[in-house]
Amino acid sequence: MDTVNKHFLSDMGVMLERSMRHIFRSLDTIITVTIMPIMFMLLFVYVFGGAIQTGTDNYVNYLLPGILLIAIASGIAYTSYRLFMDMQSGIFERFHSMPIARSTALWGHVLTSLVSNAISVLVIILVALLMGFRSSAGVLPWLAVAGILALFTLALTWIAAIAGLSATSVDGAGAFAYPIIFLPFISSAFVPTESMPGPVRAFAENQPVTFIVDAIRSLLAGQPVGNDIWVALAWCVGIMLVAYVFAMRVYKKRV
Amino acid sequence: MLNTAIQVKGLQKSYKQLHVLKSVDLEVKKGSIFALLGSNGAGKTTIVKILTTLLKQDGGTAAVNGFDVTSKPDDVRQSISLTGQFAAVDEILTGRENLVMIARLRHLKDPRQVTDDLLKRFGLSEAADRRVSTYSGGMRRRLDIAMSLVGKPDVIFLDEPTTGLDPEARLEVWKTVKELATNGTTVFLTTQYLDEAEQLADRIAILHEGRIIANGTLAELKKLFPPAKVEYVEKQPTLEDIFLAIIGKKEKK
Repeated sequence: MDTVNKHFLSDMGVMLERSMRHIFRSLDTIITVTIMPIMFMLLFVYVFGGAIQTGTDNYVNYLLPGILLIAIASGIAYTSYRLFMDMQSGIFERFHSMPIARSTALWGHVLTSLVSNAISVLVIILVALLMGFRSSAGVLPWLAVAGILALFTLALTWIAAIAGLSATSVDGAGAFAYPIIFLPFISSAFVPTESMPGPVRAFAENQPVTFIVDAIRSLLAGQPVGNDIWVALAWCVGIMLVAYVFAMRVYKKRV
Repeated sequence: MLNTAIQVKGLQKSYKQLHVLKSVDLEVKKGSIFALLGSNGAGKTTIVKILTTLLKQDGGTAAVNGFDVTSKPDDVRQSISLTGQFAAVDEILTGRENLVMIARLRHLKDPRQVTDDLLKRFGLSEAADRRVSTYSGGMRRRLDIAMSLVGKPDVIFLDEPTTGLDPEARLEVWKTVKELATNGTTVFLTTQYLDEAEQLADRIAILHEGRIIANGTLAELKKLFPPAKVEYVEKQPTLEDIFLAIIGKKEKK
């Protein structure tokens, strides 16, 4: 048992390297998780942006947090897909019959999800900088933003794990992500919620994406974040814990 | 005990209503090739899964390399490797990357060297840097078995290793399996092809309706039947003989 645990980190490294190769060799993945969000950003800033009144002097600044969430939501659909393909192909059985920490077969995917989403977030922020995004935030607020995005990624990753482990078809493994990708559209991500009709506005103002977006936006603008950040964190941690419990239950049943 | 690689006693397993394994007993000697013969759904894969710690039995005991599969699964995993029914290779990686990955997971000192040796031994050196998705069925199976040999495990499980392969690839796999046993590795293989068991195995067990109904060497099994009569039968070449002869001629040209 000791030899198995001693190698946990190096085994995780092998699993991470493997999944990262899968991502970099899949044009489809790269387009969906990075190019698409960037296209959205270009579209909203240069086509719709002129007509949107946000009260900020720079629409890219307003838009960026929502774009990052969309990118992450698209990214975790592929986490689910990769997990599903591993379950199907029999490579999980090979890993599980080897003298490695068994959990690395699953946790490798979780780590990959964090790393790959961090990469696409960085690329998108770089493009945003080219488009005029500016932030007055110091190191601490940036770390807070990174923390919120990492928690958001983890929360969605465990939802993805449930889907990937329990799906019976490739389509099913990815389908759960669509509603999540859609959530930012009915939030404060693109336009202020004040312009929305009553029921829509009520939904938008109380769903997690709005709190997360508002918290990140305030952090990046160097403004006080107030309660938003705590509600945002509570949502992320809450979803993560519930999804984790269910994912592990499915995982135990399947292996 | 020292001479026994696998020991199974009174093994039972049910899936809901279905009583797949009623009471299975078997023993496999170290360094031998053991074939488990049975029709589809007889429970061959279930036995393999229990022996490779992927599945827990409902009753009975099973030990591999002297380690109980329930109480010492880590030691069992240290001693074995599994080539499952569906080629467990990573299609997106190259053949070389697949082997290096397994060598690193087995914490070998020199993954590159081990990989180069195995690629050569399995005739995959030329295809080593191509993605596995471009491999033929036979090449995939060869890579699959090569991956199982990384780290030289004592006991190798091959679950229907030639199902879905063309006759040529099948012969290649047979050759590989025979070589394994001469190197002292214990091979536990399942198959639904009688000729495969006849060709490869030192001992053959037949699994039927949840029990081993016959177990022995080919000669012993033959004794169970009425003594051979001498009959004159014209020996026609089988289609397989013809196929392989033609292919062989072509390759020599």
